[in-house]
Amino acid sequence: MVTDAPAPHVPTRPLTAAEVEAIRRDFPILHQEVNGAPLAYLDSGATAERPVQVLDAERRFLERDNAAVHRGAHTLAALATDAYEDARATVARFVGASSPSEVVWTANATDALNLVAYGIANASHGRGGAAAERFRIGPGDELLVTEAEHHANLVPWQELAATTGATLRWVPVADDGTWTADDMVGMIGERTRVVAFAHVSNVTGMVAPVAEVVAAAHEHGALVVLDACQSAPHRPLDVRALDVDFAAFSGHKMLGPNGIGVLWGRRELLDALPPFRTGGSMITTVTMESSDYLPAPERFEAGTQPVSQAVALAEAVRYLERIGTDRVRDHEEALAQRMLEGLATVPGVRVVGPPVGVPRSGLVAFDVAGVHAHDVSQYLDAQGIAVRSGHHCAQPLHRRLGLTATSRASTYVYTTDEDVDRFVRAVAEVRGYFGADDAAHPAAGTTGEDRA
Amino acid sequence: MSSLDALYQQVILDHAKARHGHGPLTDADAEHFERNPTCGDEITVRVRLEPGTDRIAALAWEGDGCSISMASASVLTDMAVGRTVPELLALTEAFREMMRSRGAGEPDEDVLEDLVAFHGVSKFVMRVKCGMLAWVAAETAAQQALAR
Repeated sequence: MVTDAPAPHVPTRPLTAAEVEAIRRDFPILHQEVNGAPLAYLDSGATAERPVQVLDAERRFLERDNAAVHRGAHTLAALATDAYEDARATVARFVGASSPSEVVWTANATDALNLVAYGIANASHGRGGAAAERFRIGPGDELLVTEAEHHANLVPWQELAATTGATLRWVPVADDGTWTADDMVGMIGERTRVVAFAHVSNVTGMVAPVAEVVAAAHEHGALVVLDACQSAPHRPLDVRALDVDFAAFSGHKMLGPNGIGVLWGRRELLDALPPFRTGGSMITTVTMESSDYLPAPERFEAGTQPVSQAVALAEAVRYLERIGTDRVRDHEEALAQRMLEGLATVPGVRVVGPPVGVPRSGLVAFDVAGVHAHDVSQYLDAQGIAVRSGHHCAQPLHRRLGLTATSRASTYVYTTDEDVDRFVRAVAEVRGYFGADDAAHPAAGTTGEDRA
Repeated sequence: MSSLDALYQQVILDHAKARHGHGPLTDADAEHFERNPTCGDEITVRVRLEPGTDRIAALAWEGDGCSISMASASVLTDMAVGRTVPELLALTEAFREMMRSRGAGEPDEDVLEDLVAFHGVSKFVMRVKCGMLAWVAAETAAQQALAR
């Protein structure tokens, strides 16, 4: 049980059924049958579907304005550059950035997190001059994450520790996979240089106690890196109000395209952080011996950029803004509670994460006793219900929970009560189909040795 | 039969629960670990040969995974014990060919025996690796046992 979770948020303005129906009309992919049943897409935590507005925006840009940005003097180059930079400004406004130059385009959130980790590694290896001093780490310094992190917010820090001699530490999770502000604050000290954690867990749906962690981290001069992959699409994200130092998220999880992600960082930090990838478009002067780099964001955007993807992502942001991210959150938190209440009635189902009544984002990972997660999702798929199965790129968390895999249902703006109810009804049939409800799980059979 | 029932033939569901060969093996000549990183399924297959021959005296496995991978390991145990290593390798190849068929053709029951139940799995591309996991591990373990 989370004892210091934020005060329970009572959904006040979840979307009405009519509003959800109107939203659904914008998503052509939802209007099809899969395996003879209407599609219930409950895998938006992995990747979200895209509305026609986003598809049209990308197509319109490609049909009219497409060109390489920040190079060339022709008209289309200017139009494309304008569209690309307008997109940056739109995303900057969406997350509460101080200026568009705090928004760095990346390939995805994984790329954004690597950009920070490798920037710090490069600083630690002597790059970046005096400005990069604040990023230099080495033996005795500590990086702090949680046991619940997605591999994208764990493996880069492992690499950073390995190449600098710093120590990677992690906040252990409770039996339900959650952690508290006290758990983490107690581990932050003078040696802590980076604190990295998910705003919303992709497995437990837990909303992290950001304010308490940031206060403790900044008191000790540590940088806070927020994995906002599961928050930026699903709830209001104000990076300045949260007071974090870096935040990363992906376009394809927020109604936008693949191949584009965002790193937001404080301007003064981005301008001091050595680049991760180097090459064209990120330099001022290049000689055969060495080069000088542009300030942020361009210093992190080497090579040809995903321009149409940026344009489409901005359209996705506008789509979410029209609905209102507070209402998106309320809609999804209500669906999560409906899912939890439904699953609570199904014998043999163990839900990971906060219990019923504690706010969580719109995703529920669960285990069905005696049935492997793959078999659960296969059974649901036969009824047109798409859920994720596996370790959700969080092997340490699953190991801690004593599970090799879970199934996960995740919601978005287009998810209906009926989707959730169909899902719960299907989960209730799973153990019967696989014979898992006959008494206990049978003991292992005879070995080949006995039979030899 | 629905495609779901074609995937989960009764033979598969029964073997997934019975798990023949699940457990340790003393005095194994060789063992091999395989993992499917996309789903986390993992298995270690251990093989012991009849002394001085290429005939498999015992096979056992430890691991965890979905019903397809567990059933496949169970059937592997039934079919491997008593065969020579070359016979097991040939059988593995025949099984692999069926699993790559995407549901085409009629599997040869004389050769594949209980493995024909997995023909339905071959239509589910995402699950083919589940079905092959134990066999791929056994393939390496048996070859290593023979090389000893």
